[in-house]
Amino acid sequence: MIQDLFAIPRLSGNAWTVWKRNLDVFQKTWRVNLVPPFIEPFLYLIALGFGLGGFVGYIGDVPYIDFIAPAIVAVSIMNSAFFECTYGSYVRMYYGKTFDAIIATPVSIEEVIAGELLWGATRSMIYTSLMLPVLILFGVVNVPTSLLLIPFAFLGGLLFACIAMCFTAVTPSIDALNYPSFLFITPMLLFSGTFFPITVLPPALQAFAFAVLPLTHVVSICRGITLTLFTPFMLLDLAWIAIVTTVLFILAINLMKRRLVV
Amino acid sequence: METVIEASNLVKQFGSFRAVDTINFSVRPGEVFGFLGPNGAGKTTTMKMIQCASPRTSGSLSVFGLDPGTHSHEIKAMIGVVPQETNLDTEFSTIENLIVYSRYFGIPKEVAEERAEKLLDFVQLTEKRDVNIEKLSGGMKRRLILARALVNQPKLLILDEPTIGLDPQARHLIWEKLKLLRSLGNTIVLTTHYLEEAERLCDRLVIMNNGTILVEGSPAELVRDHVGSGIVEAEHSPEVVECLSHMGISYEVTGDIVQVVTDNPRLVAQELLRKCDAKQVLTRAATLEDVFLKLTGRGLKE
Ligand SMILES: Nc1ncnc2c1ncn2[C@@H]1O[C@H](COP(=O)(O)OP(=O)(O)OP(=O)(O)O)[C@@H](O)[C@H]1O
Ligand SMILES: [Mg+2]
Repeated sequence: MIQDLFAIPRLSGNAWTVWKRNLDVFQKTWRVNLVPPFIEPFLYLIALGFGLGGFVGYIGDVPYIDFIAPAIVAVSIMNSAFFECTYGSYVRMYYGKTFDAIIATPVSIEEVIAGELLWGATRSMIYTSLMLPVLILFGVVNVPTSLLLIPFAFLGGLLFACIAMCFTAVTPSIDALNYPSFLFITPMLLFSGTFFPITVLPPALQAFAFAVLPLTHVVSICRGITLTLFTPFMLLDLAWIAIVTTVLFILAINLMKRRLVV
Repeated sequence: METVIEASNLVKQFGSFRAVDTINFSVRPGEVFGFLGPNGAGKTTTMKMIQCASPRTSGSLSVFGLDPGTHSHEIKAMIGVVPQETNLDTEFSTIENLIVYSRYFGIPKEVAEERAEKLLDFVQLTEKRDVNIEKLSGGMKRRLILARALVNQPKLLILDEPTIGLDPQARHLIWEKLKLLRSLGNTIVLTTHYLEEAERLCDRLVIMNNGTILVEGSPAELVRDHVGSGIVEAEHSPEVVECLSHMGISYEVTGDIVQVVTDNPRLVAQELLRKCDAKQVLTRAATLEDVFLKLTGRGLKE
């Protein structure tokens, strides 16, 4: 049973047809989809950057607003992929019966889920690309290194898409998805080195954050990119993300398969 | 190829419950093959095994000579499915539903667009081409699902209650389309509760109940073998019942009517009128419905 959950799924390019379906829907409703990525950085930068930043001043030798700018991006990467592959995928699976319709074609259930995951990652990438001009306009991120956030958003997004899909695969109902949102996403938002350096936490909490809070690694890389401060530690972050994403990608697909193929 | 679908000792078990219990059937090329049965008989479960959506528990099953367990990709490319539950993509318009669906089959865009227009015309939905799915009536949705099942020009069509919830006009329209598809050489497998539908469309059919197949044959054979040629009905009154018993004619009571199955309906009708003093007597040809009710019982299935 357990080894079934980690069996390597057989995938083909068909997964992209599912991805394309979601992109088509996104494009149909682009007007609604484009507004939040512009508004969100404004709110954070003004409230936290200017408001709180006025008291904090500098963290090390980095202005507070520059310190939190990459965290805002990291949080958006997390949120867009996570909510897309929890509530979004659940609605498509359960209410829309979209997956049932697709698996009557040569596309397999594994490919449907892979397509959903790739789409979740793409959402994060689109969101990041739209936020970036605002951040550049505020002058809080370095150019051109910050453009690296865009490809990185895909990887970071894929990580959160896979985490989300695992929850979606086991949730008994759409309401139960509120639990991972409150018990996992909210703590991460606060304790992953987002709005204050992780080093001020007690060592045990720091270790915890590094070991199991994915956002910690995403924030760390985003910050390295926007401040153009590349350290060897970032390779460790990258390795953590790559390994966890690979494992959860496989797990998410197999959990979903177990749920849907009866 | 001799058969399109071949099932032997096919079983589907959900936990300890056998939804399909050791069934055997084969579907020949170019025929319309029906699965008839009350709610919960196991029709949908059988369709799902054929269309590679649900793995079988045991027994053997082949579709176009291939095993759905190992060749689902190839099989699914050759079949078209109309599911019992409408699952059109509500994010898209009528025509977009067909085009997006074509993409899952790897059909090039230009071909898909051309086919989609033709299919809309085929199911008479051209007028609703750009309307969102949510604005279609139930019958229109069923027709669109039929069109969607045809985008890959399937050799085998699987229809799970294609006319469920439709008014008589819409039902006749779908029947007409199915007959047309059959005349073009398509093989069609369908499930239904509508006896008339089965009688009109099916070359051969099976009647299922509680996961097993009770009988198999053409509609005419089934009627002849299991009921007889004619049915006489009269009102259910103590006099009629007593009189029939007296004459040694076997009968069945359903609600407020008494039914006599016979090969000589005229004679029985005359007897009923003359000797039993029945007030209302009706003779009619036996139908598949009589076979169905006889074999599956008259009680309502859950
Ligand atoms: N996923 C499932 N898990 C457990 N039991 C199931 C599942 N799917 C179907 N069943 C059971 O299997 C039996 C057969 O169901 P099926 O849907 O095949 O019936 P059907 O003949 O299509 O009925 P209907 O005419 O109502 O559509 C039913 O008792 C049903 O409750
Ligand atoms: Mg059914």
